[in-house]
Amino acid sequence: MKNEILRMENITKIYSNGITANKGVYFSICESEIHALVGENGAGKSTLMKILFGLEQPDDGEIYLNNSRISITSPSLAIKNGIGMVHQHFMLVPSLTVAENVVLGLEPRNKGFFDYKKAVAITEELAQKYNLFVDPNSIVEDLPVGMKQKIEILKALYRGAKILILDEPTAVLTPQETVELFNQLMHLKNSGHTIIFISHKLNEVKQISDRVTIMRNGRNVGVFNTSDVSENDISRLMVGRDVVFKLDKNIKKLGKTILNVKNLNYTSETGKKVLKNISFSVRGGEILGIAGVEGNGQRELVEIITGLRNYYEGEIVIDNIRINNLSIKEIRELGTSHIPEDRMVYGVAAQGTIEENIISDRFYKKELNHRILMNIKKVSDISKDLIKEYKIKCSSSKQKVSMLSGGNIQKVVVAREFSSNPKLLIADQPTRGIDIGATEFIHKKIIQLRDSGTAILLVSADLNEILEVSDSLIVMYGGEIVAYFDDTANVTEEELGMYMLGLKRQSHDEIGRVIYE
Amino acid sequence: MNKDNIFEIFRTLMAIVISLILAFIIIFFISKQPYVALSKFLLGPLSKTRYFSNVLEMAIPLTFTGLAICIMFKANQFNLGAEGAFFMGAVTATIIGIKFSLPGLIHPILAIVCGGIIGGIFLFIPAFLKVKWNANELVSSLMLNYVMFYLGIYIVNYYLRDSNAGAMVSYKLKTTALLPNLIPKTRLHYGILIAILMIIITYFFLFRTKWGYAIRMVGFNSKFAIYSGINNKSVILYSQIIGGIIAGIGGATELLGMYSRFQWQNLPGYGWDGVIVAILSRNNPVLVPIAAFFLSYLRIGADLMARITDVPSEVVSVIQALVIMLVAAESFLAKWKHRVIAKKAIEEIKAEEVNMNEQYI
Repeated sequence: MKNEILRMENITKIYSNGITANKGVYFSICESEIHALVGENGAGKSTLMKILFGLEQPDDGEIYLNNSRISITSPSLAIKNGIGMVHQHFMLVPSLTVAENVVLGLEPRNKGFFDYKKAVAITEELAQKYNLFVDPNSIVEDLPVGMKQKIEILKALYRGAKILILDEPTAVLTPQETVELFNQLMHLKNSGHTIIFISHKLNEVKQISDRVTIMRNGRNVGVFNTSDVSENDISRLMVGRDVVFKLDKNIKKLGKTILNVKNLNYTSETGKKVLKNISFSVRGGEILGIAGVEGNGQRELVEIITGLRNYYEGEIVIDNIRINNLSIKEIRELGTSHIPEDRMVYGVAAQGTIEENIISDRFYKKELNHRILMNIKKVSDISKDLIKEYKIKCSSSKQKVSMLSGGNIQKVVVAREFSSNPKLLIADQPTRGIDIGATEFIHKKIIQLRDSGTAILLVSADLNEILEVSDSLIVMYGGEIVAYFDDTANVTEEELGMYMLGLKRQSHDEIGRVIYE
Repeated sequence: MNKDNIFEIFRTLMAIVISLILAFIIIFFISKQPYVALSKFLLGPLSKTRYFSNVLEMAIPLTFTGLAICIMFKANQFNLGAEGAFFMGAVTATIIGIKFSLPGLIHPILAIVCGGIIGGIFLFIPAFLKVKWNANELVSSLMLNYVMFYLGIYIVNYYLRDSNAGAMVSYKLKTTALLPNLIPKTRLHYGILIAILMIIITYFFLFRTKWGYAIRMVGFNSKFAIYSGINNKSVILYSQIIGGIIAGIGGATELLGMYSRFQWQNLPGYGWDGVIVAILSRNNPVLVPIAAFFLSYLRIGADLMARITDVPSEVVSVIQALVIMLVAAESFLAKWKHRVIAKKAIEEIKAEEVNMNEQYI
């Protein structure tokens, strides 16, 4: 056993909305190890790490660094104690260079002025030392995600981090970038750093970590040497029951073309060509997946189809009706449903009740109104039925959505969007950041909809999800469709990765197969 | 009523208590007769029917402007034009009251309806500017208050001025237009019934109709509303038009109930007070009359204190400012709330652990 370097004891954290994130958690890490912290979303991993990094204050419990008690009331104190964190969403200044970002806040000075040359030298030296090769002079916004992550790690190392917390670092990476990251992490470990690796991808945990701590429901449910446990053991502890990873799918019965996108071009407000000549179609009873690293035009594409974004060139036809000049309400009335990428921004009004959130797309309809007043009983009945059908955990249909867990909030969105009998469903990251149980449930519901003849466009950064749920898929890179596979069964993650990184692309004819009339 | 609301009410009460304590400290410092001053301040309004009636009289216009602002704030539209709309509503009622000859009942109804329409038309302007050119409604409505004020003054002073009167006032309104008093020997008028009706209508409108639903969703999260297919531009428009209508009705009612001629040469300030009422009531129409009553009680109490003792009525402005600051500070007492929640949760966790251990045994 190596030396223990840090220990958290009996950590309890309760948020002001009454949600208990950590319940008496014990967590300990050793010198130069890679320690995986796994658990479903909402299990309390992120909260525990936020406490360690000083972003949140625990309501109970102690933290010991090298056996002496410390209190970490702010991130700057955490950094002083040698703890660094790489967040899921990078905290970089996009318009500055790599070197400027690395030294930001602790700039080398020459006669009181910022010494850029020194900053470059520092960055190069660090990059050399830790095998994290970056070009110090490039502008951050031009760099791919994997590179940005390296800069975040360098930033932490420059500030003297001995303990590095990585919050789901592979969520945004392609398989190739993940391999590279793992090599760098091994290198860091061998140079005496300790890495806390938060993840729920168990194959990665098995591959890279020395030990693993499993959390469920805010508690630590077990610490193991990774080599002693199997993926199945870990997932059983995480979820509290056996998980079926395979989805049962019937053979698809294809209907007529529902969504037809023709020669779509879009230039963003900043003048960047975000979508280039996109054409594809989705038929009833088909799930078409869109794979791609985030930021390659998927968001804009979804927003254009659902009517949230205007001023594009090209044509979009839903069920034989051109939607270019239609309002969002009219597009929805054609039978379009939309699970938005970010549920808290678009998907719900968090201060509203579950009922209010469930009727937002149909509140004006006759069946919910008696002349001028709304039919409150009907609203409440519909909501109660959906709460039951979608197994939304809540105290009543009048509970505020902000009081629900992430998975249940997503279920509210899904319940609303699926219950309108859509002809077309646009599902953008439908299971991002929610627990395995809810994910499984939502996947099953998507497949149910498909079987009833709905055309589904599934956008996801999670390759597992894309490969498992969709029937066919396209890959987007740089605002273009670079590949089309008519059967996901014949694709591997590695192959997808090549297309997602832009290393490979199919011929025009191969891609053109995704267009039907 | 859920726990959050109870906490909010408690927090508001705490804010009021703390600010009153601070006010008392101030009174103790500046007054030679602090006990008399205090008792006049707190109990004065209850000492005579007339004084208590004064409290109710003042609460009527505050209720109207409070409701107007409630609706606009609920849609997240920070339109502060209720002040001017109230003023123009009163001017409109004056015109109708002087220039028209109509039988009882119908005369005030026409005056009030016209006052509401004019208020609605004016507050349509900042809403339109926002929808069309994304002009900030706060700025444009503030500026619009001057337009409404000077336009009103112009109309009254140039077209309706009674040159025989000693001051800058309008002709007397026809008595058919005036709202009669409800209780003899007081000035409490039928406007209070209109105010109560307005509270009920506003409540039902906001919480029981599809238009009110759309207002609330836009106010909660306009992106969500847009994504759901709600036309948020029309919500921005009609929420402010309705706000203007209510403020205009308030101005007309106030004029017909309390005055026999138009005599304001300054903005009366009910629009600004309406903001305070809306904030105190957390934009809930049902709580608006309570907040209006509270504010009016403070005002009348301070007035009595100033009349009878050596404490100036400005002290009440200090108290008001303190209350508003404490109520508006959303995190005020948040730590205490957190501790209560945390304590309960920790107990639950301990109970859970006992349960779990028993299962093992």
